[in-house]
Amino acid sequence: MSNGTKYWTWHMAAGVVLLILLGLHMIIMHMGGTLHLFSPTGPDAVSIANSQWRDSKICFTITYILLLGVGLYHGLYGLRTILLELTLKPAVEKAVTLLLTLTGLALFVLGSWAAWAAHTIAGGRA
Amino acid sequence: MAAITRHNNRLGVWGWLGGGRWGIERYAYILHRLTGLGILLYLLMHTVVTSLRVRNIYLWTEGGFFHQPIFRLGEFCVVAAFAFHAFNGIRLVLVELGFAVGKPIEPIYPYKTSVGVQRPLLIAVMVLALLFLLVGAYNFLGLAR
Repeated sequence: MSNGTKYWTWHMAAGVVLLILLGLHMIIMHMGGTLHLFSPTGPDAVSIANSQWRDSKICFTITYILLLGVGLYHGLYGLRTILLELTLKPAVEKAVTLLLTLTGLALFVLGSWAAWAAHTIAGGRA
Repeated sequence: MAAITRHNNRLGVWGWLGGGRWGIERYAYILHRLTGLGILLYLLMHTVVTSLRVRNIYLWTEGGFFHQPIFRLGEFCVVAAFAFHAFNGIRLVLVELGFAVGKPIEPIYPYKTSVGVQRPLLIAVMVLALLFLLVGAYNFLGLAR
């Protein structure tokens, strides 16, 4: 299996994981009025109290980090695929890959650190 | 390792943005990419904005910058984009893996087309996406409270 095929297979697999994780995230955040899932302090799923309650739970912290990593990979690899279809010069292709990789890593580090820090601040126990 | 032959991409962005005379599946593919790009843009901003909660800054709550109606509408558009992208993605994965395209057969006239298998699949996933969107809209309009 070539690297391209391998990364594309990972891209599809990440899509399936996202379907479940992001699907749950959307249901919790945007269908709270109907389903009232994981929002014990009131009907507004995105209120500060509900956000902090979820941050205090280690399962949510781990899920946020996983969701971020999988989402960034799927999204940025998808963007790379679109850009590379434009038949760029090899040097530009390398620059695009490097830029997207660095962007993904930087945001993953920021988001993971924030998720863990928010968990600690919310009084969660690992 | 064999050298890769590079061909000039004559149409550029319009090559994938224009569906031409191809079927509705081709347009679903274009919309899949556009919604994907929209969701990615949102994800990049969302990661930074939600990270600010560590500094006790909650921009999306009552009184926050992103609680304005225009941003609330934008968020609903993200839900709509997700509904389409996710369910259409199921179709694309099934097709990519060789399901939902039928078995390969001899091209004997009158020719059979895989659209007969793919079209019902497209309709099915779009119905699911619409149902997801309707529940989202029900909440967005505040009808659930």
